[in-house]
Amino acid sequence: MERLERRLGFLSALPIMALLTLSFVMPLLVVAGFAIMPQKVFSLAHLPDFSSFRVIIEQGYYRSLLRSLGLAFLTTTILFVICWPLAYGMAKVFGRFTLVITLAVVMLLFVSENVRLFGWNLTLMKGGLLEGHMRAWLGTGFESPLYGWPVIVFGMVYVYLPFMLFPLAQGISLVPDDARLAAADLGAGRWRILFQIEMPLAAPGIMVGCLLTFVLSAGAIAEAKLLGGRSVVVLTDDVESAFTFGQNWPLGSALSLMLIVIVALLVLVPISRIDLDTLMGRKR
Amino acid sequence: MTDVRRSTRIALYGYGLLVLAVMYLPLVSVGFAAVSKARYLTFPIRRYTSEWMGAALTSPNVKDLVVTSLKVAVTVTVLSVILGFFGALAFARFQWRYRGLFQKLILLPIFFPQAVLGLALLIWFNALGVTPSWKTAVVAHLVWIAPITTLIIAIRAYSFDPALEEAARDMGASTTTVLREVTLPLLMPGIVSAGLFAFLLSWGNFPLSLFTSGVDATLPKWLYSRMVSGYTPQIPALGILSVIGSAALLLVGLALLRLLRRRN
Repeated sequence: MERLERRLGFLSALPIMALLTLSFVMPLLVVAGFAIMPQKVFSLAHLPDFSSFRVIIEQGYYRSLLRSLGLAFLTTTILFVICWPLAYGMAKVFGRFTLVITLAVVMLLFVSENVRLFGWNLTLMKGGLLEGHMRAWLGTGFESPLYGWPVIVFGMVYVYLPFMLFPLAQGISLVPDDARLAAADLGAGRWRILFQIEMPLAAPGIMVGCLLTFVLSAGAIAEAKLLGGRSVVVLTDDVESAFTFGQNWPLGSALSLMLIVIVALLVLVPISRIDLDTLMGRKR
Repeated sequence: MTDVRRSTRIALYGYGLLVLAVMYLPLVSVGFAAVSKARYLTFPIRRYTSEWMGAALTSPNVKDLVVTSLKVAVTVTVLSVILGFFGALAFARFQWRYRGLFQKLILLPIFFPQAVLGLALLIWFNALGVTPSWKTAVVAHLVWIAPITTLIIAIRAYSFDPALEEAARDMGASTTTVLREVTLPLLMPGIVSAGLFAFLLSWGNFPLSLFTSGVDATLPKWLYSRMVSGYTPQIPALGILSVIGSAALLLVGLALLRLLRRRN
Protein backbone atom coordinates (compact mmCIF):
# COMPACT_ATOMS: atom_id res chain seq x y z
CA MET A 1 0.00 0.00 0.00
CA GLU A 2 2.61 2.50 1.06
CA ARG A 3 4.96 1.38 -1.66
CA LEU A 4 2.18 1.84 -4.20
CA GLU A 5 1.55 5.40 -2.99
CA ARG A 6 5.20 6.23 -3.23
CA ARG A 7 5.37 4.99 -6.78
CA LEU A 8 2.14 6.76 -7.76
CA GLY A 9 3.35 10.03 -6.23
CA PHE A 10 6.56 9.88 -8.18
CA LEU A 11 4.79 8.93 -11.40
CA SER A 12 2.21 11.70 -11.21
CA ALA A 13 4.89 14.29 -10.47
CA LEU A 14 6.86 13.16 -13.50
CA PRO A 15 5.08 15.00 -16.39
CA ILE A 16 5.18 18.46 -14.85
CA MET A 17 8.71 17.93 -13.54
CA ALA A 18 9.82 16.99 -17.05
CA LEU A 19 8.23 20.17 -18.39
CA LEU A 20 9.90 22.35 -15.76
CA THR A 21 13.29 20.70 -16.20
CA LEU A 22 13.24 21.14 -19.97
CA SER A 23 11.77 24.62 -20.14
CA PHE A 24 12.57 26.28 -16.82
CA VAL A 25 15.75 24.81 -15.32
CA MET A 26 17.59 24.29 -18.62
CA PRO A 27 16.96 27.83 -19.96
CA LEU A 28 18.23 29.27 -16.68
CA LEU A 29 21.37 27.10 -16.88
CA VAL A 30 21.95 28.33 -20.44
CA VAL A 31 21.58 31.93 -19.27
CA ALA A 32 24.10 31.23 -16.51
CA GLY A 33 26.41 29.72 -19.12
CA PHE A 34 26.18 32.69 -21.47
CA ALA A 35 26.80 35.07 -18.59
CA ILE A 36 30.42 33.92 -18.39
CA MET A 37 31.10 33.87 -22.14
CA PRO A 38 33.17 36.55 -23.91
CA GLN A 39 31.25 39.51 -25.35
CA LYS A 40 29.00 39.09 -28.39
CA VAL A 41 29.35 35.35 -28.95
CA PHE A 42 26.37 33.17 -29.88
CA SER A 43 27.46 29.77 -28.61
CA LEU A 44 28.65 28.31 -25.34
CA ALA A 45 31.77 26.79 -26.97
CA HIS A 46 34.18 29.49 -25.88
CA LEU A 47 36.58 29.87 -23.00
CA PRO A 48 34.70 31.46 -20.12
CA ASP A 49 35.68 34.95 -19.01
CA PHE A 50 33.90 37.48 -16.85
CA SER A 51 33.96 40.38 -19.30
CA SER A 52 30.18 40.86 -19.10
CA PHE A 53 30.38 41.70 -15.43
CA ARG A 54 33.23 44.14 -16.12
CA VAL A 55 31.08 45.82 -18.77
CA ILE A 56 28.17 46.00 -16.33
CA ILE A 57 30.31 47.87 -13.84
CA GLU A 58 32.32 50.01 -16.25
CA GLN A 59 29.47 51.07 -18.51
CA GLY A 60 27.03 51.70 -15.69
CA TYR A 61 24.52 48.92 -16.38
CA TYR A 62 24.42 48.20 -12.66
CA ARG A 63 22.48 51.47 -12.31
CA SER A 64 19.43 50.05 -14.03
CA LEU A 65 19.60 47.03 -11.72
CA LEU A 66 19.69 49.29 -8.66
CA ARG A 67 16.91 51.45 -10.13
CA SER A 68 14.69 48.41 -10.73
CA LEU A 69 15.30 47.11 -7.21
CA GLY A 70 14.58 50.55 -5.72
CA LEU A 71 11.35 50.96 -7.66
CA ALA A 72 10.33 47.42 -6.71
CA PHE A 73 10.99 48.13 -3.04
CA LEU A 74 8.92 51.30 -3.21
CA THR A 75 6.10 49.48 -5.00
CA THR A 76 6.06 46.74 -2.37
CA THR A 77 5.96 49.20 0.52
CA ILE A 78 3.13 51.25 -1.00
CA LEU A 79 1.17 48.10 -1.83
CA PHE A 80 1.49 46.80 1.71
CA VAL A 81 0.06 50.03 3.14
CA ILE A 82 -2.73 50.24 0.54
CA CYS A 83 -3.73 46.58 0.75
CA TRP A 84 -3.65 46.03 4.52
CA PRO A 85 -6.98 47.77 5.34
CA LEU A 86 -8.71 46.16 2.36
CA ALA A 87 -7.32 42.71 3.17
CA TYR A 88 -8.38 43.22 6.77
CA GLY A 89 -11.89 44.04 5.65
CA MET A 90 -11.95 41.01 3.36
CA ALA A 91 -10.77 38.63 6.07
CA LYS A 92 -12.68 39.97 9.06
CA VAL A 93 -15.45 42.42 8.20
CA PHE A 94 -17.00 42.18 4.75
CA GLY A 95 -18.75 38.81 4.55
CA ARG A 96 -20.40 38.61 1.12
CA PHE A 97 -18.72 41.79 -0.13
CA THR A 98 -15.42 39.84 0.08
CA LEU A 99 -16.66 37.61 -2.74
CA VAL A 100 -17.52 40.67 -4.84
CA ILE A 101 -14.05 42.15 -4.36
CA THR A 102 -12.36 38.80 -5.04
CA LEU A 103 -14.28 38.27 -8.28
CA ALA A 104 -13.79 41.85 -9.46
CA VAL A 105 -10.04 41.75 -8.81
CA VAL A 106 -9.55 38.26 -10.29
CA MET A 107 -11.42 39.35 -13.42
CA LEU A 108 -8.91 42.17 -13.91
CA LEU A 109 -6.08 39.62 -13.79
CA PHE A 110 -7.45 38.17 -17.00
CA VAL A 111 -7.17 41.47 -18.86
CA SER A 112 -3.75 41.90 -20.47
CA GLU A 113 -1.61 44.21 -18.40
CA ASN A 114 -0.76 46.20 -21.51
CA VAL A 115 -4.43 46.95 -22.19
CA ARG A 116 -4.90 48.10 -18.59
CA LEU A 117 -1.76 50.25 -18.66
CA PHE A 118 -2.81 51.68 -22.01
CA GLY A 119 -6.07 52.57 -20.27
CA TRP A 120 -4.11 54.51 -17.64
CA ASN A 121 -2.30 56.25 -20.44
CA LEU A 122 -5.67 57.41 -21.86
CA THR A 123 -6.82 58.35 -18.35
CA LEU A 124 -3.79 60.39 -17.34
CA MET A 125 -2.64 61.96 -20.62
CA LYS A 126 -3.20 65.59 -21.52
CA GLY A 127 -6.77 65.70 -22.83
CA GLY A 128 -7.32 62.27 -21.27
CA LEU A 129 -10.26 61.12 -19.18
CA LEU A 130 -9.22 63.10 -16.09
CA GLU A 131 -7.51 66.17 -17.50
CA GLY A 132 -9.97 66.56 -20.40
CA HIS A 133 -13.05 66.50 -18.20
CA MET A 134 -11.45 68.77 -15.63
CA ARG A 135 -10.60 71.28 -18.33
CA ALA A 136 -14.11 71.09 -19.78
CA TRP A 137 -15.83 71.54 -16.43
CA LEU A 138 -13.49 73.76 -14.44
CA GLY A 139 -11.68 75.51 -17.25
CA THR A 140 -8.26 74.51 -15.99
CA GLY A 141 -6.26 71.34 -16.47
CA PHE A 142 -3.09 69.89 -14.94
CA GLU A 143 0.29 68.73 -16.15
CA SER A 144 0.19 65.10 -17.21
CA PRO A 145 2.01 62.88 -14.69
CA LEU A 146 3.03 60.49 -17.48
CA TYR A 147 6.64 59.79 -18.45
CA GLY A 148 8.49 59.78 -15.15
CA TRP A 149 9.42 57.29 -12.47
CA PRO A 150 6.50 58.02 -10.10
CA VAL A 151 3.96 56.98 -12.73
CA ILE A 152 5.92 53.76 -13.30
CA VAL A 153 5.62 52.96 -9.60
CA PHE A 154 1.93 53.82 -9.83
CA GLY A 155 1.55 51.42 -12.76
CA MET A 156 3.31 48.62 -10.90
CA VAL A 157 1.23 49.21 -7.76
CA TYR A 158 -1.84 48.95 -9.97
CA VAL A 159 -0.82 45.83 -11.89
CA TYR A 160 0.53 43.86 -8.91
CA LEU A 161 -2.15 44.78 -6.35
CA PRO A 162 -3.85 41.33 -6.52
CA PHE A 163 -0.55 39.62 -5.67
CA MET A 164 -0.36 41.56 -2.41
CA LEU A 165 -4.07 41.64 -1.62
CA PHE A 166 -4.90 37.92 -1.70
CA PRO A 167 -1.91 36.62 0.32
CA LEU A 168 -2.45 39.39 2.91
CA ALA A 169 -6.15 38.53 3.26
CA GLN A 170 -5.21 34.87 3.63
CA GLY A 171 -2.61 35.79 6.26
CA ILE A 172 -4.98 38.02 8.24
CA SER A 173 -7.63 35.30 8.28
CA LEU A 174 -5.09 33.23 10.24
CA VAL A 175 -5.23 35.77 13.13
CA PRO A 176 -7.69 34.42 15.71
CA ASP A 177 -10.26 37.00 16.84
CA ASP A 178 -9.70 35.90 20.45
CA ALA A 179 -6.08 37.04 20.38
CA ARG A 180 -7.11 40.52 19.25
CA LEU A 181 -9.96 40.76 21.75
CA ALA A 182 -7.78 39.54 24.60
CA ALA A 183 -5.15 42.18 23.80
CA ALA A 184 -7.85 44.85 23.65
CA ASP A 185 -9.28 43.72 27.00
CA LEU A 186 -5.82 43.96 28.51
CA GLY A 187 -5.70 47.57 27.42
CA ALA A 188 -3.63 47.46 24.24
CA GLY A 189 -4.34 50.33 21.83
CA ARG A 190 -5.19 49.98 18.16
CA TRP A 191 -1.60 50.44 16.93
CA ARG A 192 -0.16 48.15 19.55
CA ILE A 193 -2.60 45.40 18.54
CA LEU A 194 -1.65 45.96 14.90
CA PHE A 195 2.11 45.74 15.45
CA GLN A 196 2.30 43.18 18.25
CA ILE A 197 -0.63 40.86 17.57
CA GLU A 198 -1.99 41.08 14.06
CA MET A 199 1.15 41.58 11.99
CA PRO A 200 3.21 38.83 13.65
CA LEU A 201 0.34 36.34 13.40
CA ALA A 202 -0.34 37.26 9.77
CA ALA A 203 3.39 37.01 8.95
CA PRO A 204 3.15 34.10 6.45
CA GLY A 205 0.69 36.06 4.30
CA ILE A 206 2.70 39.28 4.60
CA MET A 207 5.85 37.46 3.55
CA VAL A 208 4.29 35.77 0.52
CA GLY A 209 2.61 39.01 -0.59
CA CYS A 210 5.72 41.16 -0.24
CA LEU A 211 7.97 38.60 -1.96
CA LEU A 212 5.60 38.14 -4.88
CA THR A 213 5.14 41.85 -5.51
CA PHE A 214 8.84 42.61 -5.09
CA VAL A 215 9.97 39.89 -7.46
CA LEU A 216 7.32 40.62 -10.07
CA SER A 217 7.93 44.37 -10.06
CA ALA A 218 11.73 43.98 -10.12
CA GLY A 219 11.33 42.08 -13.38
CA ALA A 220 8.51 44.21 -14.80
CA ILE A 221 8.78 45.59 -18.30
CA ALA A 222 5.42 46.86 -19.58
CA GLU A 223 4.95 49.64 -17.00
CA ALA A 224 8.17 51.45 -17.90
CA LYS A 225 7.49 51.10 -21.61
CA LEU A 226 3.84 52.15 -21.67
CA LEU A 227 3.70 54.74 -18.88
CA GLY A 228 7.35 55.76 -18.52
CA GLY A 229 7.74 56.40 -22.24
CA ARG A 230 11.39 55.28 -22.21
CA SER A 231 12.32 58.19 -19.93
CA VAL A 232 13.34 55.68 -17.26
CA VAL A 233 15.44 52.66 -18.21
CA VAL A 234 14.74 49.67 -16.01
CA LEU A 235 16.75 46.46 -15.83
CA THR A 236 14.52 44.43 -18.15
CA ASP A 237 14.86 47.20 -20.79
CA ASP A 238 18.64 46.77 -20.71
CA VAL A 239 18.32 42.99 -20.86
CA GLU A 240 15.94 43.20 -23.79
CA SER A 241 18.09 45.57 -25.81
CA ALA A 242 21.21 43.50 -25.12
CA PHE A 243 19.42 40.44 -26.51
CA THR A 244 17.79 42.19 -29.47
CA PHE A 245 19.38 45.38 -30.93
CA GLY A 246 22.67 44.94 -29.08
CA GLN A 247 23.12 41.31 -30.22
CA ASN A 248 25.14 40.78 -27.04
CA TRP A 249 23.76 37.67 -25.40
CA PRO A 250 26.49 37.38 -22.76
CA LEU A 251 25.76 40.89 -21.48
CA GLY A 252 22.00 40.28 -21.44
CA SER A 253 22.55 36.94 -19.71
CA ALA A 254 24.82 38.41 -17.05
CA LEU A 255 22.26 41.15 -16.31
CA SER A 256 19.44 38.56 -16.10
CA LEU A 257 21.60 36.33 -13.94
CA MET A 258 22.14 39.10 -11.39
CA LEU A 259 18.38 39.61 -11.11
CA ILE A 260 17.77 35.84 -10.96
CA VAL A 261 20.31 35.42 -8.15
CA ILE A 262 18.77 38.22 -6.11
CA VAL A 263 15.28 36.78 -6.67
CA ALA A 264 16.48 33.29 -5.73
CA LEU A 265 18.15 34.51 -2.53
CA LEU A 266 14.99 36.35 -1.52
CA VAL A 267 12.56 33.60 -2.39
CA LEU A 268 14.29 30.33 -1.52
CA VAL A 269 14.77 30.85 2.22
CA PRO A 270 11.15 31.80 3.07
CA ILE A 271 9.68 29.22 0.65
CA SER A 272 11.69 26.47 2.30
CA ARG A 273 10.20 27.41 5.68
CA ILE A 274 6.53 27.63 4.72
CA ASP A 275 4.38 24.60 5.42
CA LEU A 276 2.25 24.46 2.30
CA ASP A 277 -0.04 21.72 3.59
CA THR A 278 -1.48 23.91 6.35
CA LEU A 279 -1.44 27.11 4.28
CA MET A 280 -3.53 25.48 1.57
CA GLY A 281 -6.04 23.94 3.94
CA ARG A 282 -5.16 20.31 4.52
CA LYS A 283 -7.92 18.63 6.52
CA ARG A 284 -6.08 15.81 8.23
CA MET B 1 -16.58 40.30 14.01
CA THR B 2 -18.71 42.24 16.40
CA ASP B 3 -15.82 44.16 17.94
CA VAL B 4 -15.22 46.27 14.84
CA ARG B 5 -16.83 49.66 15.33
CA ARG B 6 -19.62 50.80 13.02
CA SER B 7 -17.69 53.81 11.76
CA THR B 8 -14.68 51.59 10.97
CA ARG B 9 -16.91 49.17 9.09
CA ILE B 10 -18.40 51.95 6.97
CA ALA B 11 -14.93 53.37 6.27
CA LEU B 12 -13.69 49.93 5.19
CA TYR B 13 -16.64 49.38 2.84
CA GLY B 14 -16.09 52.84 1.35
CA TYR B 15 -12.40 52.13 0.91
CA GLY B 16 -13.18 48.81 -0.79
CA LEU B 17 -15.52 50.49 -3.26
CA LEU B 18 -12.95 53.22 -3.93
CA VAL B 19 -10.20 50.70 -4.68
CA LEU B 20 -12.50 48.81 -7.06
CA ALA B 21 -13.48 52.05 -8.81
CA VAL B 22 -9.82 53.00 -9.34
CA MET B 23 -9.00 49.47 -10.50
CA TYR B 24 -11.64 49.66 -13.24
CA LEU B 25 -11.04 53.30 -14.24
CA PRO B 26 -8.55 52.51 -17.05
CA LEU B 27 -11.01 50.06 -18.63
CA VAL B 28 -13.62 52.85 -18.60
CA SER B 29 -11.19 55.04 -20.54
CA VAL B 30 -10.48 52.26 -23.04
CA GLY B 31 -14.21 51.67 -23.45
CA PHE B 32 -14.92 55.34 -24.20
CA ALA B 33 -11.94 55.61 -26.53
CA ALA B 34 -13.28 52.63 -28.48
CA VAL B 35 -16.53 54.43 -29.32
CA SER B 36 -15.15 57.94 -29.86
CA LYS B 37 -15.60 59.20 -33.41
CA ALA B 38 -12.58 61.51 -33.46
CA ARG B 39 -9.41 60.11 -34.98
CA TYR B 40 -7.29 61.93 -32.39
CA LEU B 41 -8.69 61.09 -29.00
CA THR B 42 -9.50 63.85 -26.51
CA PHE B 43 -11.91 63.76 -23.61
CA PRO B 44 -14.72 64.69 -23.08
CA ILE B 45 -15.96 62.74 -26.09
CA ARG B 46 -18.29 64.71 -28.36
CA ARG B 47 -19.46 62.21 -30.95
CA TYR B 48 -19.79 58.47 -30.69
CA THR B 49 -19.47 55.75 -33.32
CA SER B 50 -19.41 51.97 -33.45
CA GLU B 51 -17.34 52.13 -36.63
CA TRP B 52 -14.04 51.07 -34.99
CA MET B 53 -15.56 48.12 -33.19
CA GLY B 54 -17.23 46.97 -36.41
CA ALA B 55 -13.99 47.36 -38.34
CA ALA B 56 -12.13 45.37 -35.69
CA LEU B 57 -14.67 42.56 -35.85
CA THR B 58 -14.52 42.18 -39.63
CA SER B 59 -10.82 42.80 -40.32
CA PRO B 60 -9.04 39.69 -41.69
CA ASN B 61 -5.85 40.72 -39.88
CA VAL B 62 -7.70 40.63 -36.57
CA LYS B 63 -9.08 37.21 -37.46
CA ASP B 64 -5.53 35.86 -37.80
CA LEU B 65 -4.58 37.31 -34.42
CA VAL B 66 -7.62 35.80 -32.74
CA VAL B 67 -6.95 32.43 -34.35
CA THR B 68 -3.33 32.45 -33.13
CA SER B 69 -4.36 33.52 -29.62
CA LEU B 70 -7.05 30.83 -29.55
CA LYS B 71 -4.67 28.12 -30.77
CA VAL B 72 -2.22 29.01 -28.00
CA ALA B 73 -4.84 29.36 -25.27
CA VAL B 74 -6.71 26.13 -26.10
CA THR B 75 -3.52 24.06 -26.32
CA VAL B 76 -2.24 25.57 -23.07
CA THR B 77 -5.57 24.87 -21.35
CA VAL B 78 -5.70 21.20 -22.35
CA LEU B 79 -2.05 20.47 -21.55
CA SER B 80 -1.89 22.45 -18.32
CA VAL B 81 -5.05 20.80 -16.97
CA ILE B 82 -3.61 17.33 -17.65
CA LEU B 83 -0.24 18.26 -16.14
CA GLY B 84 -1.98 20.01 -13.25
CA PHE B 85 -4.27 17.07 -12.50
CA PHE B 86 -1.38 14.64 -11.99
CA GLY B 87 0.76 17.36 -10.44
CA ALA B 88 -1.96 18.05 -7.88
CA LEU B 89 -2.16 14.37 -6.92
CA ALA B 90 1.58 14.38 -6.30
CA PHE B 91 1.28 17.74 -4.51
CA ALA B 92 -1.60 17.02 -2.15
CA ARG B 93 -2.73 13.43 -2.26
CA PHE B 94 0.04 10.83 -2.42
CA GLN B 95 2.59 10.50 0.36
CA TRP B 96 5.92 10.07 -1.36
CA ARG B 97 9.49 10.77 -0.48
CA TYR B 98 10.20 14.01 -2.33
CA ARG B 99 6.76 15.56 -1.93
CA GLY B 100 8.01 18.51 0.15
CA LEU B 101 10.70 19.34 -2.39
CA PHE B 102 8.24 18.93 -5.26
CA GLN B 103 5.77 21.36 -3.65
CA LYS B 104 8.44 24.02 -3.45
CA LEU B 105 9.79 23.49 -6.96
CA ILE B 106 6.30 23.95 -8.36
CA LEU B 107 6.11 27.40 -6.78
CA LEU B 108 9.32 28.74 -8.33
CA PRO B 109 8.04 29.56 -11.85
CA ILE B 110 5.13 31.51 -10.34
CA PHE B 111 7.59 33.56 -8.28
CA PHE B 112 9.66 34.37 -11.35
CA PRO B 113 9.61 37.59 -13.40
CA GLN B 114 7.89 36.65 -16.65
CA ALA B 115 9.84 38.95 -18.95
CA VAL B 116 13.11 37.40 -17.77
CA LEU B 117 11.65 33.91 -18.19
CA GLY B 118 10.55 34.81 -21.72
CA LEU B 119 14.03 36.05 -22.66
CA ALA B 120 15.71 33.00 -21.10
CA LEU B 121 13.41 30.73 -23.10
CA LEU B 122 14.18 32.69 -26.27
CA ILE B 123 17.90 31.98 -25.84
CA TRP B 124 17.20 28.35 -25.00
CA PHE B 125 15.07 27.86 -28.14
CA ASN B 126 17.81 29.53 -30.17
CA ALA B 127 20.43 27.23 -28.66
CA LEU B 128 18.26 24.23 -29.56
CA GLY B 129 17.79 25.53 -33.09
CA VAL B 130 14.00 25.87 -32.68
CA THR B 131 12.40 28.77 -34.57
CA PRO B 132 10.03 30.65 -32.24
CA SER B 133 6.38 30.31 -33.26
CA TRP B 134 3.02 29.91 -31.53
CA LYS B 135 4.18 26.45 -30.42
CA THR B 136 7.12 27.84 -28.46
CA ALA B 137 4.73 30.39 -26.94
CA VAL B 138 2.66 27.42 -25.74
CA VAL B 139 5.72 25.99 -23.98
CA ALA B 140 6.46 29.36 -22.37
CA HIS B 141 2.87 29.76 -21.17
CA LEU B 142 2.90 26.21 -19.80
CA VAL B 143 5.94 26.89 -17.59
CA TRP B 144 3.96 29.60 -15.83
CA ILE B 145 0.40 28.26 -16.07
CA ALA B 146 0.85 24.50 -15.34
CA PRO B 147 2.09 25.27 -11.77
CA ILE B 148 -0.96 27.51 -11.28
CA THR B 149 -3.40 24.78 -12.42
CA THR B 150 -1.54 22.35 -10.16
CA LEU B 151 -2.13 24.62 -7.16
CA ILE B 152 -5.81 25.19 -7.99
CA ILE B 153 -6.53 21.47 -8.36
CA ALA B 154 -4.42 20.72 -5.26
CA ILE B 155 -6.61 23.00 -3.13
CA ARG B 156 -9.58 20.85 -4.18
CA ALA B 157 -7.59 17.64 -3.59
CA TYR B 158 -6.82 18.72 -0.01
CA SER B 159 -10.50 19.04 0.79
CA PHE B 160 -11.73 15.54 -0.05
CA ASP B 161 -11.49 12.48 2.11
CA PRO B 162 -8.87 9.94 0.90
CA ALA B 163 -10.95 7.21 2.57
CA LEU B 164 -13.23 7.32 -0.49
CA GLU B 165 -10.36 6.21 -2.70
CA GLU B 166 -9.20 3.61 -0.21
CA ALA B 167 -12.70 2.16 0.04
CA ALA B 168 -12.87 1.80 -3.74
CA ARG B 169 -9.47 0.10 -3.77
CA ASP B 170 -10.41 -2.23 -0.92
CA MET B 171 -13.42 -3.34 -2.91
CA GLY B 172 -11.09 -4.42 -5.67
CA ALA B 173 -10.94 -1.45 -8.04
CA SER B 174 -7.68 -1.13 -9.96
CA THR B 175 -5.54 2.02 -9.75
CA THR B 176 -6.83 3.35 -13.08
CA THR B 177 -10.45 2.58 -12.16
CA VAL B 178 -10.08 4.49 -8.87
CA LEU B 179 -8.57 7.39 -10.78
CA ARG B 180 -11.36 7.44 -13.37
CA GLU B 181 -14.37 6.65 -11.20
CA VAL B 182 -13.52 8.32 -7.88
CA THR B 183 -10.66 10.82 -8.06
CA LEU B 184 -11.56 12.50 -11.36
CA PRO B 185 -15.23 13.26 -10.51
CA LEU B 186 -14.28 14.50 -7.04
CA LEU B 187 -11.69 16.86 -8.46
CA MET B 188 -13.96 18.07 -11.30
CA PRO B 189 -14.80 21.51 -9.84
CA GLY B 190 -11.07 22.17 -9.34
CA ILE B 191 -10.36 20.99 -12.87
CA VAL B 192 -12.99 23.31 -14.36
CA SER B 193 -11.71 26.36 -12.48
CA ALA B 194 -8.12 25.45 -13.37
CA GLY B 195 -9.09 25.20 -17.04
CA LEU B 196 -10.82 28.55 -16.87
CA PHE B 197 -7.80 30.18 -15.25
CA ALA B 198 -5.45 28.57 -17.76
CA PHE B 199 -7.41 29.77 -20.77
CA LEU B 200 -7.89 33.32 -19.54
CA LEU B 201 -4.31 33.76 -18.30
CA SER B 202 -2.95 32.47 -21.59
CA TRP B 203 -5.37 34.59 -23.66
CA GLY B 204 -4.29 37.76 -21.88
CA ASN B 205 -0.61 36.99 -21.38
CA PHE B 206 1.77 39.59 -22.70
CA PRO B 207 5.34 39.32 -21.32
CA LEU B 208 5.82 35.66 -22.25
CA SER B 209 4.26 35.95 -25.71
CA LEU B 210 6.28 39.10 -26.44
CA PHE B 211 9.57 37.18 -26.52
CA THR B 212 8.59 33.62 -27.42
CA SER B 213 5.94 33.70 -30.15
CA GLY B 214 8.27 34.77 -32.99
CA VAL B 215 6.37 35.96 -36.07
CA ASP B 216 3.04 34.54 -34.85
CA ALA B 217 1.64 37.54 -32.99
CA THR B 218 -0.98 36.95 -30.30
CA LEU B 219 -3.59 39.60 -29.65
CA PRO B 220 -1.85 41.23 -26.63
CA LYS B 221 1.49 41.23 -28.41
CA TRP B 222 0.05 42.88 -31.52
CA LEU B 223 -1.81 45.45 -29.42
CA TYR B 224 1.43 46.29 -27.68
CA SER B 225 3.33 46.80 -30.94
CA ARG B 226 0.59 49.23 -32.06
CA MET B 227 0.54 51.03 -28.69
CA VAL B 228 4.21 51.93 -28.83
CA SER B 229 4.03 53.02 -32.49
CA GLY B 230 1.25 55.58 -32.00
CA TYR B 231 -2.46 55.87 -31.26
CA THR B 232 -5.14 54.51 -33.56
CA PRO B 233 -8.78 53.89 -32.55
CA GLN B 234 -8.28 50.24 -33.48
CA ILE B 235 -6.27 49.68 -30.26
CA PRO B 236 -9.00 50.50 -27.71
CA ALA B 237 -11.65 48.86 -29.92
CA LEU B 238 -9.77 45.54 -30.04
CA GLY B 239 -8.68 45.85 -26.41
CA ILE B 240 -12.21 46.27 -25.13
CA LEU B 241 -13.56 43.50 -27.39
CA SER B 242 -10.96 41.13 -25.96
CA VAL B 243 -11.99 42.13 -22.43
CA ILE B 244 -15.67 41.56 -23.25
CA GLY B 245 -14.80 38.13 -24.64
CA SER B 246 -12.91 37.17 -21.47
CA ALA B 247 -15.72 38.42 -19.24
CA ALA B 248 -18.31 36.43 -21.21
CA LEU B 249 -16.23 33.27 -20.96
CA LEU B 250 -15.73 33.83 -17.24
CA LEU B 251 -19.48 34.11 -16.70
CA VAL B 252 -20.10 30.90 -18.64
CA GLY B 253 -17.40 29.18 -16.58
CA LEU B 254 -18.85 30.37 -13.29
CA ALA B 255 -22.31 29.15 -14.33
CA LEU B 256 -20.79 25.77 -15.16
CA LEU B 257 -19.15 25.63 -11.73
CA ARG B 258 -22.46 26.39 -10.02
CA LEU B 259 -24.09 23.60 -11.99
CA LEU B 260 -21.35 21.18 -10.91
CA ARG B 261 -21.72 22.18 -7.29
CA ARG B 262 -25.48 21.71 -7.35
CA ARG B 263 -25.11 18.25 -8.86
CA ASN B 264 -22.74 17.09 -6.12
